[in-house]
Order: sequence, then C-alpha cells, then structure tokens
Amino acid sequence: MSTIPYDLRSAGPGSPDASPAGPEYAEVSRDVRPAPPRYRNEIGKYSIHRAPHCAACGRCVEICRHGVHVRPEGYLHVMRPYDYRCIGPDCKDTGCFCIDACPQGALKLSENPAFETLGDHRWTPDLLMSTSTMAETGRPAGNHLEREVGASGGGFDRLRFRFPDSPPPDLRREDISTKLPLNRRGDSRPGITIDVPWYGGGMSFGSTNIRALLGKARVAKAFHGFTCTGEGGYPERFVPYKDHVITQVATGLFGVREETIQRAPIVEFKYAQGAKPGLGGHLLGDKNTPSVAAMRETVVGVSLFSPFPFHSVYSVEDHKKHLDWIAHVNPRALLSAKVSTPNDVDMVAVGIYYAGGHIVHLDGSYGGTGAAPNVAKKNIAMPIEYAIGRVHQFLVDEGIRDQVTVIASGGVRTPVDVAKAIALGADGCVIGTAELVALGCIRCTACESGRGCARGIATTDDELLEMLDVDWCTQRLVNLYSAWQQLLVDLLYRLGLDSVGALRGRTDLLTHLDYENET
Amino acid sequence: MPAKYVIHHTPTKPRFRPVGKLGIVDWREDCSSCHNCVKRDCVYRLFRDEADTLRDEIGYLDYIYQCKGCLNCVQNCTKNILTRVVNPEYRRLGDSYYTPDLILTTWYQAETGKIPVSGSGYGGPFSGPGFDSMWTDMSEIVRPTRDGIHGREYISTSVDIGRKLSHLEFADGQLKIDPPPLMETPLPVIIDRIPLHWRRGAVMTAVTTAAAEIGTLVVLGESDILEKDASPRGHVIPFLESPDASAAQQGGSAPFVMIPDRPDVMALQEALKLNHPARIVAIRIPAVPTVAGRVAELVRDGADVIHLAFDSHGRELGEAQPRHMRDVLRDTHTTLVKLGIRDEVTLIASGGIAAAEHVIKAIICGADLVAIDVPLMLALECRLCGECERGQLCPIALEEIDAEFGVRRIVNLMAAWHSQLLEMLGAMGIREVRRLRGETGRCMFFEDLERDTFGRLFGKRKS
Ligand code: SF4
Ligand code: SF4
Ligand code: SF4
Ligand code: SF4
Repeated sequence: MSTIPYDLRSAGPGSPDASPAGPEYAEVSRDVRPAPPRYRNEIGKYSIHRAPHCAACGRCVEICRHGVHVRPEGYLHVMRPYDYRCIGPDCKDTGCFCIDACPQGALKLSENPAFETLGDHRWTPDLLMSTSTMAETGRPAGNHLEREVGASGGGFDRLRFRFPDSPPPDLRREDISTKLPLNRRGDSRPGITIDVPWYGGGMSFGSTNIRALLGKARVAKAFHGFTCTGEGGYPERFVPYKDHVITQVATGLFGVREETIQRAPIVEFKYAQGAKPGLGGHLLGDKNTPSVAAMRETVVGVSLFSPFPFHSVYSVEDHKKHLDWIAHVNPRALLSAKVSTPNDVDMVAVGIYYAGGHIVHLDGSYGGTGAAPNVAKKNIAMPIEYAIGRVHQFLVDEGIRDQVTVIASGGVRTPVDVAKAIALGADGCVIGTAELVALGCIRCTACESGRGCARGIATTDDELLEMLDVDWCTQRLVNLYSAWQQLLVDLLYRLGLDSVGALRGRTDLLTHLDYENET
Repeated sequence: MPAKYVIHHTPTKPRFRPVGKLGIVDWREDCSSCHNCVKRDCVYRLFRDEADTLRDEIGYLDYIYQCKGCLNCVQNCTKNILTRVVNPEYRRLGDSYYTPDLILTTWYQAETGKIPVSGSGYGGPFSGPGFDSMWTDMSEIVRPTRDGIHGREYISTSVDIGRKLSHLEFADGQLKIDPPPLMETPLPVIIDRIPLHWRRGAVMTAVTTAAAEIGTLVVLGESDILEKDASPRGHVIPFLESPDASAAQQGGSAPFVMIPDRPDVMALQEALKLNHPARIVAIRIPAVPTVAGRVAELVRDGADVIHLAFDSHGRELGEAQPRHMRDVLRDTHTTLVKLGIRDEVTLIASGGIAAAEHVIKAIICGADLVAIDVPLMLALECRLCGECERGQLCPIALEEIDAEFGVRRIVNLMAAWHSQLLEMLGAMGIREVRRLRGETGRCMFFEDLERDTFGRLFGKRKS
C-alpha cells in the first residue's frame, strides 16, 4: 500500500505555496516535492462527506494516512476533505478508517458519481487518476485504482507480464539500470544516453501552452532526456534547455533554420504522425496568434497547413538526401525519423536505417495529443502494439537490430506500457498524453473548440495560458517521471532483470489474455 | 482533367436542441450565491446564456447537456456543489450499432458539413466487430496523391454503374458489340429506398432534391414516384417491387430500374430492356448466407448490377450467427474474382453503412459502391427512437420539416463524408475510388495482424 513520503497534510490543492519557486532556467532538481492539483475540487473515485455535527475533534486528521483530512496550523475547523486522495472502502481493513473512528459518526464514504464520467476506453478514470496522483506525490497511486491497464480490450490492455517465482537472490533494486543509449551506429556522432527509456513527444508552440512546454523541457533536463519542438518552431525560451530539445523538421518546415538545427543534439524528421497518418497538419487561424505567427514566420490569423508528405521526398534516396542535408548542417546531431504505422512499416524502418538514421520512431495510430480528424484517429494505420514486433523482427532478420534505436509511441500511457513495448521489441518510448494528464488534461478532446483547451493546456489564448505555472508543471512532471522510474525498476526487479536493455524483445516474459499462450 | 467535384455545404442549425452528452448539475441548497460564481467563467459561455434561455420555452434541463465537460466549474466551485453527469437521454439514443456517439457525430456533420475533429488521440475500443476490425493503410513517402482535402491533385470519387465487357471484339476494325450502358455517380454512395415510417411530410422531396444536388442516385418505390412526378428524373431509380408479365411497360422511361431477385429475374431484366436497350437493371438480393453463389449465377447469366441488402446493422439476413457485410462482401467478391467475372458486374451494398469510413471499408471488401438510408434520417435530426414505427408522436416532428432545411442537412452530411473519403483515399495514396474495390492490400484486418504478431508469440487465440 502506498503511503505518502512527505506530509501532504500541509499542502492542499490550489494552495499557492505548494509549488516550489525559482527562476525557470536554473538547474532543475529531480527531487520529489508535493505538487497538489491546481483545482480546488479534484475529482476522485470516492467522496467523503462530513456532516455539520462534526465536533472538530481532529480524530480523522490524526488517523487518515492519505492526507484526506487536513487541519492547517492554528485552525479550529477541519478543512473540507480532500477526498480525491481517499482509497475507499478497502481502508476499513487498515485499522485507520476514519469513518469508523469518528466519535460523532459524522463522516460518510460513497463512490463519486462524477468519477465514472471521466475518461474513455483507453484512458479509464482509474488511469487518469493514477497518473495525476503520481504527478502530485511522485509515488505510485494506491491499489484502489487499476494503474496498469485500460479497458480498450486489446493490445497493451490484454498483455500481461509473466514473473519468475522469485528474482535472483543477488539482484538489488539499486543496481538496476533504466538507461537507454540512443546512438547505436558506432559512428563519429555523440553517444547520447538518457536516464529513463522514454522521452517527451513533440507538441508545437501554437498548439500547446508555452508553460507546459517549458515544464516538459525542464523535466527533460532533470532526467537527461529530451523533449521535442513539434513542428511549431523553436521558442527562444527553449534555448537554456537546448541540450534536451529535439528540433523537429516537419513538412511545413516552420521555424527550421540553420541555428535551430545546429543547436539540437537530435534532429527529428516527422514524416507522419500516428493520430493523422497520411494527412497534413492544420493549425486553425484562431490559434495563429501574433507570437505563434512570429515563430512560424507567417501572417497572424491565417490557418496554417503542413502538407503531407514531404514534397521533396518520394523515395528512399530522397529521404537519404534529406538526412544528409541535416547531417551536414549539424555534424554532431543524431538523426531520428518519426513515421506512422502502415502495412510496410518494417520496410520503412529499414529504409531509415540505411539512410543514416540513428532513431526509428514509430508513432502508432491511437495516440497523439493534437487535434486530428476522428476518422483518421480511429481507422488509419495500425496500433503500435502490432508495429513494434514487426519492425523488431525485420531488423533482426536484416542483421541491423543493434545498430539502430527503435522508439515507440502512440498509446503509451504508463510505465507498464513502456515495459510491454520494450518486451515486444522497442528500445524505448515517447510519451505525450501522460504528460498532459499530469498537468491536468482530462481528455475531454475539445482542444480545438473556440479558444482552445479550457484547462489551459492545449491553447495559446492569453487568459487561458495563465492557468499554468512553469514551476508547477515542472514539479508535476518530475514527480511523474520519478514514480514511473520507480515502477519500472520494481517491474524489472520482479522480472529478475538488471537493466531495461535486457528486457528488449523478451516476448517470452509476456502473455496475452486472449491467447492460449502455448506455441 | 474533369472539373473538381465539390459538395458545397451551408451551416444549418438543427430545429431542435440536440441531445447532449454531458451536463452539470448542482445541489442548489448548499450554494452560497458567490458573487463571482464559477459558472460565469465557463469558457464556452454555457451559463452566460442561461438567463436568456430560461425565458424561452426551451427548458433549462434540455440545455445543460450542451456542456463540453471541461470540469472547470465543477472543480473550482467554492462549495463543491457542482457535479458532472451523463445525460440519460444520451445513453438511450440509438442502439448498439448506431451508438449515441455516432448519432451526435452525424448531427454535427449535417449541421456544419465539416469533418469531425478532436484532440487527444483515440479513446475507443482497440477493435470491434465488423468494420471496426479493419484499419486502412497509409504511405509514408512514396505516393501519387498529396494533401487530402487540401489537395492540389485531384482524387476522384466517381464510380460507374452497369455491366462491363470482359473483353472487346472487333470486326473489320470496328467494335463488334455495343458496350452496355453505364451511369456515373460522382460519389460511391447512392440513396437507398427510405423505409416507410420515415416517408413523411417533405422528407422524400428533401431526399430526392438533395440527391440531384449532389449528383447521386436515389431509389424510390413506384408509389413514391407516382405521387410526385409522373416522369422520373434521371437520378431516380424506380424500384419495381412486383413487376409482372407486362414488365416491358414498367418503369416509364427510367434509364435505371431496380427489381427484386426471383427465379425468372433474368427474363424480367430482358423484358425491361426490350423497349429501352440503354436501360440499366439492378437486381436487389437479400444478403442471405448463400448469396455469393446466387450472385455468381446471376453475373454469369448477364446481370448488370447487383444490390446486396443487409440488415440495418450490416449483418447477413436469416442466420442465427450472421456474418457482417465485411465478410460477406469479401466472400462474394472473391467468388467472382475466381470465376473471372468480377469486372462484369457492379455490386452495390446497403444496410449498416453508418459513417464515411464504412463506405471506404465496404469498397475495400469488394463493393463498387454503397447505398444508405439511416444516416440521412439522422441528418434530419432523427433520434432513432422508433416512435414513428410504433405509430407514436415523433419527438422532432419529422413530418413538419421544411424541404430546403432537409436538403441542406443531407447535402452537408454528404459533403462531410466526401471530405473524409478524400482524407482516407489520400492517406492510402489512391487517386480513384474505383481502384480501391477489393483492394484488401490497402487495409489491415484485425485477425491477420493478431495472427502475425500475437499468434506467432502466444499460439492459438481463444474463441
Ligand atoms: S476512508 Fe481511509 S483513506 Fe479515506 S478518508 Fe478515511 S481514513 Fe482517509
Ligand atoms: S481540451 Fe481537454 S483533452 Fe484537450 S488538452 Fe485540454 S483537457 Fe486535455
Ligand atoms: S464543465 Fe466546462 S463546459 Fe461544462 S459547464 Fe462547466 S465550465 Fe462550462
Ligand atoms: S425521431 Fe423517432 S419518431 Fe421521429 S422519425 Fe426518428 S425514429 Fe421516428
């Protein structure tokens, strides 16, 4: 059972002193600190109602181990319960059950009906809640939530790990490595290694709040990882984090300039993206504000199209020329190509390698954060779960598997999904939605309506931007990454593996609930 | 290059407030009447309009379900008295196939004429029955088409209807036989006969006018035609339900007629062509399990066009464990291909085509084009409540619609579908919908992907 590593009772949602201060360009600490949700009423699985006949004896404050009941220093009354933290009826067996302990019988526990209105098949209310709990506390959420799988009925949601009876006796958690080397070509370019086998996906300036983007850049710095510009250009405010920012070259070539290529440790070519495979990008005129227009070197208020595909690339030879161009402009950059998951995804991956790519980034069809036609999200290209194994096997057969890094994205929601992707044959993952959920996204999918995200995330509206704070975003993501890393280490330990690298392609450690699992 | 085919859309508000999904309810008794109530801050101005709306006859309750569900008000309320609920009426909409979500999406398209777009990835099930177990392909780099709907290159959605020759024969340098007549529709979607309970008020006028505007065809019963116009216009396909020996006289001068399948159907087809050699005859066959064999027989005997009718959920008829049209079409198509006669006939599929993606998928499975009915009624705001079928009062008073309103809504829906067809064709790198027929290589089937990935690792899939 999870208990909290620090006194949550001192920090309630929305309290201004809850987030650490400091200039945004300073070193970013990897320390977990409480980062309570920014809304007053966080929605949890359970509701705790305190009746008016509460005598303010404070018994509940003493007893609850989850920070639900809070009485600030010097106050007479107990605060309205932070019931989103409550672990529900199972608490009865812990001996610390406030409902039974209250001498006045003033507390009532019930299920919160609003909870069930959250989420969808892929991101269930439990997964949303568990992600925001990790972002708040830096620790895994309690067992009252299903933290590992969604309810989509296929892919990751039906895969399970097969654990050995007991891990090797000499394996110690602290010796388990989660590091991921990104350059496997053995060429003259730097051997970049990131601390955790995932990094942040591209979200463009113009589609997402700059404060959220800075939070992503800062957590990348803290974990020696990466975030990516997306196709909206390279904001000046990213420059202090340039060693952790991937410059994306997309079909619109917005903001692609010599200096943005030269400062990047990794340059990513976005051929396609999973949410709208084979379709171009489209930024509505409303979102093309003066600052966005300046960044993209366009006219304010005009809808911006990124065509599909690269109009200069119609063959693998063209693709090679394309990579050569960037390789020449920046002789130290690693080259990554982001593609979606068509039938011939394995051939595409091989093509990327032979053209000189270090990273093959496969973006499956069910993920994505930006707006996309529903018809494309649902129907075009295959889910990532299928693509990983195909590509892995094909690269193995070609004898080049160890010369290239395969990154999977598009529906990777939890550290367990990361581990499943790796067991299927990827080296690591890129995440997107999970980070936004940590920042308060509830997947209402209305990112495109009117002024953009009403919760201040996928928006460039001046007033809505104010809803986020860079330090808070950073801390939420640092906490999330810490919790993920902890869960991943724990999983590797239970699997008896001393590094995440050792998990790659270990399909023998997986089972599928819809199969007889006998081959 | 032919002129680019465009369907013009005109935003057309619904007459009734659509059933919304989410709503915000409060426990008023605990409200402290805050001066700066969170409801004022709704980004979508939901409660800004509250005061005005309350005065109209459109009630408050009707209207709270237009919430976009951002939860700002719920999560910021000082007293935490707001909560979000799912509209029970929303849950009751439609059925397992025409889901509430599908109905709302169709309404949106009929109102705006635009492709539904949303953020944050796909939240639906991994896969599902029928068409939900197919993914269409895309090309990363090499492909002839560009830009989908924003396209600079033309993607054609036209199809030809009629019998085609398997080969040409020449004598003295001249074509020996006249090629049989063909009709072209600019969209691989025609309008099927609308079921009786919906043929009310101006509905049929709206449907036929919309068909003419889009340039597609519409199947009408003889009675529908006689009421309205004595001489059916070119885009109308009269359905001769029980043609008799005097068939030669039936169908007026219509260039295209439809007849039900029956033992003497080929003789009937001949009779119908007697006085009108340029006439196309479609044979409508209920999609029963043995349909592939029957279709092959008819094609060999010289059928022009075959219309396979499935039930409204796209299932086979008369079978306890019906197959979905996905499988029946593949079966029928492959049977004809094996016999070397697929190209001679035009296959129309109807029943269960509920969304633009279904058009593409039915064609991939082997249809040349599809026929639709229910989505058009949804465009007219129908809620699929079934009251009219039971002789009860229609909640949206369908019989009172204005024909022009109906035309606009149907045309909008088809405009949105057309754009989605272009998106999907563009992504596949296909420039002509004609080339998509039976192109299963341009799509991925759930069972194949499962077998090739998980089957290889985990053995047999449990049934
Ligand atoms: S039930 Fe347990 S977890 Fe919930 S508020 Fe009471 S003591 Fe805390
Ligand atoms: S609009 Fe909704 S789905 Fe989009 S970022 Fe905001 S909260 Fe998330
Ligand atoms: S949840 Fe959001 S959209 Fe709905 S009423 Fe409240 S503020 Fe408005
Ligand atoms: S809303 Fe109901 S009663 Fe009205 S046409 Fe539709 S099914 Fe019939």
